Amino acid sequence: MIVETGHYALVLALALALAQFAIPFIGARLNDAALMRVARPAAITQFLFIALSYGALTYAHVVSDFSLVNVIENSHSLKPFIYKISGVWGNHEGSMLLWVLVLSLCGALIAIFSTSMTDRLRADALAVQGLLGAAFLLFILLTSNPFARVAPAPWEGRDLNPILQDPGLAIHPPLLYLGYVGFSIVFSFAAAALIGGRIDAGWARVIRPWTLFAWIALTLGIAMGSYWAYYTLGWGGFWFWDPVENASLMPWIAGTALVHSAAVMEKREALKVWTIFLAILAFSLSLLGTFLVRSGVLTSVHAFASDPDRGVFILAILVFFIGGALALFALRAGALPVGGLFSPISREGALVLNNLLLSACCATVVVGTLYPLALEAITGEKISVGAPFFNTVLIPIALPLALLMPIGQMLSWKRGDLAAALQRLRIAFIVGVAATAAFGAWYGTPFLSIVTAGIAIYLVVGTLSDLALRVRGNSGRASLKRLAGLPLSAFGTSIAHAGMGLTLLGLAATGWGVETIVAMKPLSYYDVGPYQIGIDSVSPRQGPNYSEVYAVMAVRKDGATLATIEPAKRFYQARRMARSEAGIVTLGLGQVYAAIGDSHEDGTIDARLYWKPLVTLIWIGALVMAFGGALSLADRRLRIGVARRAAAPALEPAE
Amino acid sequence: MTRKGKRLTLIAGAMAILGLAAGLMLFALRDNIVFFYTPSELAKKQTASGARLRIGGLVKEGTVVKNGQDVRFTVTDKTSDLAVSYTGLLPDLFREGQGVVVDGVLQPDGAFRADSVLAKHDERYMPRDVADALKKQGVWQGETK
Repeated sequence: MIVETGHYALVLALALALAQFAIPFIGARLNDAALMRVARPAAITQFLFIALSYGALTYAHVVSDFSLVNVIENSHSLKPFIYKISGVWGNHEGSMLLWVLVLSLCGALIAIFSTSMTDRLRADALAVQGLLGAAFLLFILLTSNPFARVAPAPWEGRDLNPILQDPGLAIHPPLLYLGYVGFSIVFSFAAAALIGGRIDAGWARVIRPWTLFAWIALTLGIAMGSYWAYYTLGWGGFWFWDPVENASLMPWIAGTALVHSAAVMEKREALKVWTIFLAILAFSLSLLGTFLVRSGVLTSVHAFASDPDRGVFILAILVFFIGGALALFALRAGALPVGGLFSPISREGALVLNNLLLSACCATVVVGTLYPLALEAITGEKISVGAPFFNTVLIPIALPLALLMPIGQMLSWKRGDLAAALQRLRIAFIVGVAATAAFGAWYGTPFLSIVTAGIAIYLVVGTLSDLALRVRGNSGRASLKRLAGLPLSAFGTSIAHAGMGLTLLGLAATGWGVETIVAMKPLSYYDVGPYQIGIDSVSPRQGPNYSEVYAVMAVRKDGATLATIEPAKRFYQARRMARSEAGIVTLGLGQVYAAIGDSHEDGTIDARLYWKPLVTLIWIGALVMAFGGALSLADRRLRIGVARRAAAPALEPAE
Repeated sequence: MTRKGKRLTLIAGAMAILGLAAGLMLFALRDNIVFFYTPSELAKKQTASGARLRIGGLVKEGTVVKNGQDVRFTVTDKTSDLAVSYTGLLPDLFREGQGVVVDGVLQPDGAFRADSVLAKHDERYMPRDVADALKKQGVWQGETK
C-alpha cells in the first residue's frame, strides 16, 4: 500500500508540475496576480508529493520488499542498513527520482526564499521550473518507473553493485545533484528574464546566491566523487577523464564563470547578455551530463543498465529545453539593453579574461567528451580521448588563469592600475619563485610539476596578501576595524582562490608520486618513497554480505612503525563480484596507499604500493574553495531574502 | 580609450584566446587520440607498430601465463587472436573467457604490449566497447536490448 501511495504521489506531482507551469505562466501574460500566486503553493506541494514518493521507495528498500523490481535488482536482505538507504539512488530509477526530488526542492526554495523580486519574474521562473519537473516526472513514469512490481516475489534480491557499497554513495550523488540541478534555478530565472524582457543588476543579485549555492554543492560533490574513486578503484587515480566525470566538470566550469560574470553584472551593469547565456549554459551542460550518463551512450559504473528508449526520451528533453532556451535567447538577447563597456585594465576587465579562459577550458572538455561520440556516430571509428589530450590543452590555459587570479583581485573596479597591482604582488612573486627553486632542488623533475607547484604557492600567497593589504591599517586597532568592516564576500573570494591554489599544488605533486608493484613476502620490507612497507599477516574475514582476504601491513620509517594499514580484497557472493579495498594512511599531507591482488602458494601476495606526497591537498583545496563560496553566500548583501533591503535605495556599495 | 577601442580590445582578446584554445585542441587531437579495434579489425588495418591502441575482446581460454608480475594472454574475438603481454596487477574481474579491454602499443613483432588492462565489470556492467565487439562477431551471449 505504501508503495502504491508513492507511485500515486508521483503522478499527482506530475499534475502539480503541469499546473505550476501553465497557471502562473498564463497569469504572467495576463498580468493576473491571482493566477501568478498559484506558483508558490504549487511548487511547495509538488516537492512534498515527490518527497512522499521518495520516502515510499526508501521504505520499500529498507524493509527489503522484493515484490519491487527495483529492490530485487539492487538490494539484498543482508545488505547493511546505510546501503539500503543510499542504495535507493544507486540505480537508474532511484537516481532519477532523486533528480526530480532535488529539482522540486529547488522549486520550493525559490517559492519560499525569493521574496525580493517582481511577482512576474518569480511566476515565470517557477513556471519554467514546473515545466522541467513535468518533463522529468513524465520520463520517470513512462520509462523508468521505480515502483514496478513483479509476481511472484523472489526470496532474495540481487544485491547492490559492490563498487557502490561504500559510504561515498551516501554523500556523492546527493551533493552532485544539488549542484547539477541547483543550476536549474539559475536557468529558470534566465528564461524568465528573457520571457519578461527585463534584466538589470537586480536580476544578477537574485541569481548570485543560487549560483553560489549550486557551485558549492557541485564543488563538494565532484571532490567527494573523486576521493571515492581514488580509494575504491585500487589504482590510486583520482580523475580519469571519463566522460561521466567530464559531465560534472563541464557545468562546474560554466558555473565558475557564471559566479564571476554575475559579479560584474551586479556591480557594473555590464556583461548582461553574456551572463544570461552562461546561466543557460550551466544548466544545459548539466542536462547534457544527465543525458550522457542516463541514456546508455556511455559505459561506466555510473551508467547502470542502458535502454535506448530512455536515451531518446532524455535526448528529447535535452533538445527541448536547451533548444528552447537558446531560441528564446536568440530572439530576445538583441532587444536587451546593452550593458556598459569598460576599460580592459580593471576588475571587470580581469573578470572578462577569467570568463574567456574558463570558456576555453569548458569548450575543451565538451570537445574531448563529445568528439569520440560524434566520430563513432558518423564514421563508426572508435577512439578514446584521455588524459594526454586534456593535459595538452588544459594546462596551457589553466596555468595563465592561475597566474592572473591574484592580479585580478588587486585591480579595482572601473579603472585599475596594473603596475600598482603587480607592485603589491611582489611578495607573492618572490615566494613563488623561491618555492619553484626549492621544489626544483628537492625533486629535480618533472619540470611541469615544479612550475605548477610554484604557481600554486604564488596563487595562495598572492590571494591572501590581497586580503592582508586590504586589512592593513596604521595601527593594530585600525587593522582590526578594517578586518571587521571587510565584507564577507571579500574573504570568500580570497579563500576560494587560495583553495584553488591548494588543489593545484596537490595536482602538481602527483608528478612526485612513487608507485611500485611487488610480490610481497611476509616480514620483508619494501621501499616506497621515504617509507618501508611490509606484511605482518594475511587472513580471511567474513563481512555482512561479503567475504574478504585482508593483509595487515606496517608502514615504517627508520625502523619505527608509523601506522598499520589493512588493504583487502572482497568477494560479494550475491553478484559473484570481487572488489578491492585500498589500505590508506595519511602521513603529513601525503598518503601511503596499498592495494592487494592475488596471493600465491609460497605465501607471497601481489601488491601495488604508492607514496603520494601532498595528495590530500587536492581535496582539502576543494573543501577550502567550497568554504570560500559559503562565506560569500553568507555575506549580508547577498543573502537570500535580504536583497530587498540592499536594493531599495540606489546606494552604491561603499567599496 | 574610446568606446570603439575598448570593444576592439575585447574582441581581439576573445579571438586570440579562443583561437589559441582551438589550435591546442587540434594539435592534441592529432597526437593524443587512441583508436579502438577488435583483433580482427587490427589484422585488417595493417597498423604500423609503435601506435597506441585499445584492443577489446575476450581473454582466450587456457592462454593466461603468469610469471610473477609478468602476464601473457591472448585476446580473441573468435576470428583473430592477438598475443598480449602486461606487467602488473590484473583487475579484480580479469578471468579467462571474459571480456577485456587492453591499452598499449603494438610491437614490431606483432605482439601487443599493454600498459593497462580493464576487465568487464559483470553481466550488467560490461564495457560497451567489448559488448559491441562481441555483438559484431556474433558471439554475444547477454540480453540484447
